[in-house]
Amino acid sequence: MTELPTAEARLPADDGATVSLRGSVASGLLPQTRFGGPIPWVIAILIALVVVAAAGGLALRNLAENARADLSDAVTVQIVEANAGLRKDQAEAAAQALAGQPLVTSVRIVPEAELTELLEPWFGANAASEDLPVPALIDVQLSRRASAAEIDRLQTLLEDAAPGARVDAQSEWLRPVYEALAALQYLALALIALVAFATAAAVWLAARSAFANHRDTVEIIHLLGGTDRQVTGIFQRSVVRDAAFGAVVGLLLGLGAVWLLGQQFESLDSGMIAGGGLDWQDWLVIGAIPLAGIALALITGRITIALALRRML
Amino acid sequence: MNDRASEIVKFDNVGLRYGTDPEVLSDLSFTLFPGSFYFLTGASGAGKTSLLKLLYLAQRPSRGAIRMFGKDIITLPRGRLPDFRRRLGVVFQDFRLVEHLSAFDNVALPLRLAGAREVDVIKPVSDMLDWVGLSHRAQAHPATMSGGEQQRVAIARAVIARPRMLIADEPTGNVDPEMALKLLRLFEALNNRVGTTVVVATHDVHLLKKVPDSLIMRLNKGRLSDPTGALRFPPRSSSVASAEPPL
Repeated sequence: MTELPTAEARLPADDGATVSLRGSVASGLLPQTRFGGPIPWVIAILIALVVVAAAGGLALRNLAENARADLSDAVTVQIVEANAGLRKDQAEAAAQALAGQPLVTSVRIVPEAELTELLEPWFGANAASEDLPVPALIDVQLSRRASAAEIDRLQTLLEDAAPGARVDAQSEWLRPVYEALAALQYLALALIALVAFATAAAVWLAARSAFANHRDTVEIIHLLGGTDRQVTGIFQRSVVRDAAFGAVVGLLLGLGAVWLLGQQFESLDSGMIAGGGLDWQDWLVIGAIPLAGIALALITGRITIALALRRML
Repeated sequence: MNDRASEIVKFDNVGLRYGTDPEVLSDLSFTLFPGSFYFLTGASGAGKTSLLKLLYLAQRPSRGAIRMFGKDIITLPRGRLPDFRRRLGVVFQDFRLVEHLSAFDNVALPLRLAGAREVDVIKPVSDMLDWVGLSHRAQAHPATMSGGEQQRVAIARAVIARPRMLIADEPTGNVDPEMALKLLRLFEALNNRVGTTVVVATHDVHLLKKVPDSLIMRLNKGRLSDPTGALRFPPRSSSVASAEPPL
């Protein structure tokens, strides 16, 4: 035994460069760093929440945009005149005056039959009665969304032709709806931010715990010449594995919840809600959530281990 | 020979304390030279393990200066320490094997950390295990091995990468006298054939007599005495073991 073995390992040049450990070697060094049982499932639940919140936020955005596209570039002119003949004359005069405006792309006097049909759910058969004067309505499409000053100018224009005319910008009476939708979108964003924070916190705690459990091994690796980068790489593999598992399970759970919610809203058969569907770009965003979750876990794990290593020599 | 270029380690007025406790090492000033064989002796609690910790870069001193391989270790950024640790081989008193790795993987660890390819790892590690008489236990885990077997794995791991300096803390403490002698011959072979500087901390006075050209550093209550004068001058080919008084 006194003769030294002749076989000598060929080592890379000692130039201070850090080599990464091969996957099987790195994973073998810390076989117990699965962050314990619950962490992948915690990540799964958090990712599922993000998927649901993101799908809800995107659906609300689509709903608001569709509604705005339909209504924001239109105004309604009401001719409030009790005399039916006069009302009809004023409506025609107003339509003629509006048609000459550059901002206006089309003008349509809503037929009385259509008005009666609209009112019938509230007034029943009496909606068509002569005793119930119903304002004439003119549906005006604009080339773009009109400013308040432009709406005022249209109102002034109609004062001579139809003294009983009142111009309503549809976007104005929908403003509270838009504001509520925007608030819900911000709520979804805030929820996503909170869940991302919770995910980072869960990974941080798990990485700290894993590091504490394997501190002896880390010290041995250090004393044998292992670098911080090599140690971080070993832990990082565990983080990515757990986060990937949690992300996939979370995505499936989240998609299931979104599908169920979609079915519920679809059964409402509401015209407005129909505008809240998700397009392919939205699905791409939702599909990117697990990747973002893995990246977040990776960065958090790296930083946590790097900070823990900095306290060692 | 004792100029800065030829020294491996130089301690200058080094002291070490843990927290606010009194110093466990005080006023250590000495030089270790390449290719020399040193025994570090002293009673229990004299500070041998603390001194070894400074040597294998597990601890920074509380005061003083340490140069290693020509560099000031005190001011060296911690990111550069791995380069220096890879030039050292360490046999820890408690072996410090990685429990969930086999004997083979424990011995291979320094090579893998240094970036050796797997094809370049298998034969040297197998030969080294054969050398320490453990080729039949290559796949055994430390928990299933005796103290002596674990110690031999630790020694194989310490020398596998042909370190420039081998530091061993009571390396023969858990083996029978025959195996202790074999291990000592192994260190001698490394010292003679590869030129590795060897520092062995031991209680065993008989061990000192087994290496005729060794130099003795003796710690007493954290202070170093130098019975051979070897620490102040270039190592000479002198038998110092017989001059060492019984501990």
